[in-house]
Amino acid sequence: MSSTDWPLWEVFVRSRRGLSHTHAGSLHAPDAEMALRNARDLYTRRAEGVSIWVVPSTAVTASSPDEKDPFFESAADKPYRHPTFYEIPEGVRHL
Amino acid sequence: MTAVLDAAGGASAPAEVFEAAVAADERIEPRDWMPDAYRATLVRQMAQHAHSEIIGMQPEANWITRAPSLRRKAILMAKVQDEAGHGLYLYSAAETLGTSREELLDKLHAGRQRYSSIFNYPTLTWADVGAIGWLVDGAAITNQVPLCRCSYGPYARAMVRICKEESFHQRQGYELLLALSRGTEAQHAMAQDAVDRWWWPSLMMFGPPDSESSHSDQSMAWKIKRHSNDELRQRFVDICVPQAESLGLTLPDPDLRWNEQRGHYDFGPIDWDEFREVLRGNGPCNEERISQRRRAHEEGAWVREAAAAYAAKHREADA
Repeated sequence: MSSTDWPLWEVFVRSRRGLSHTHAGSLHAPDAEMALRNARDLYTRRAEGVSIWVVPSTAVTASSPDEKDPFFESAADKPYRHPTFYEIPEGVRHL
Repeated sequence: MTAVLDAAGGASAPAEVFEAAVAADERIEPRDWMPDAYRATLVRQMAQHAHSEIIGMQPEANWITRAPSLRRKAILMAKVQDEAGHGLYLYSAAETLGTSREELLDKLHAGRQRYSSIFNYPTLTWADVGAIGWLVDGAAITNQVPLCRCSYGPYARAMVRICKEESFHQRQGYELLLALSRGTEAQHAMAQDAVDRWWWPSLMMFGPPDSESSHSDQSMAWKIKRHSNDELRQRFVDICVPQAESLGLTLPDPDLRWNEQRGHYDFGPIDWDEFREVLRGNGPCNEERISQRRRAHEEGAWVREAAAAYAAKHREADA
């Protein structure tokens, strides 16, 4: 058996308490436990994290690759969802 | 992919989307359409880069057991471990282009993909560890900082992480040389000898002169490369001269002098015959580096097999 049989894992690291886990990169490992250990050695050598998630890459479902996809288009024509859309008279405070 | 759906007429549409993204300094991501040659160029460059990181562990690891103090030993182990990490970031990034780790390692072991020619020089004394940190990692940083803005997203992200870590590598090397340079006469001479041997190979790390560089133009157009080989080499020389003065060491080039008009240091001709010989496999350590890499891979096979067997056993137990 060779390392090609080792699945790919996506690694998410929480850099400190209060922040969410963010994607750090990926690695190969035979199982989840080894993936965690490898992730610690690979992505937190300088105390970059307090918590790690590893997820099999095959478990990730992605939207289609183009970020200009129609999938996201419906949000593009709704500027009224942003606070800056609204005009407020000069001098009105705490709004 | 929108372009494919929208443009009923144009087969060139995805290419236009790609060109526009590169022109707008946007990043290309793994599942985007990209020209085959762009993909091939990236795989070649990232593989060479990843291989350089892991082959680069050898010349320095050579001194771990003989480091002169526990402090220096801990630093050197951390550095060599970083190089392994850098190799892994880059292999991961290369895999996003559809190649596999196994395939890349096979090509390295078969001599079908290269690594930086600098690692085919031997580390003869402890001072070489310092010279590698200062000059070799310094040249690597000069090359790599612009790669943080490379058009291919995963490569650029790997480079950001690598550049942050390389900074420690360079500073530890400089500090090591400074300690030797200010030490006994023999220590000073050892530091000078190391710098004398590593200076020219470090300048070769930027690759052949612009007039002969085969991949440069296209890579610049694709924004994989941001500066020419000669431009980066000049930048490195300009940085190193004052640093050498602060070290109390000289650089082995009688032609090295400040050019007021150019606002740069002039330097002597580089021995490109030597560079080509080392690339061709005739450097002092080519044979040793690649056979040690192969041996490490083969001797580690049982560990990989054991880990896989353990994982398989637990999968069965869980099922």
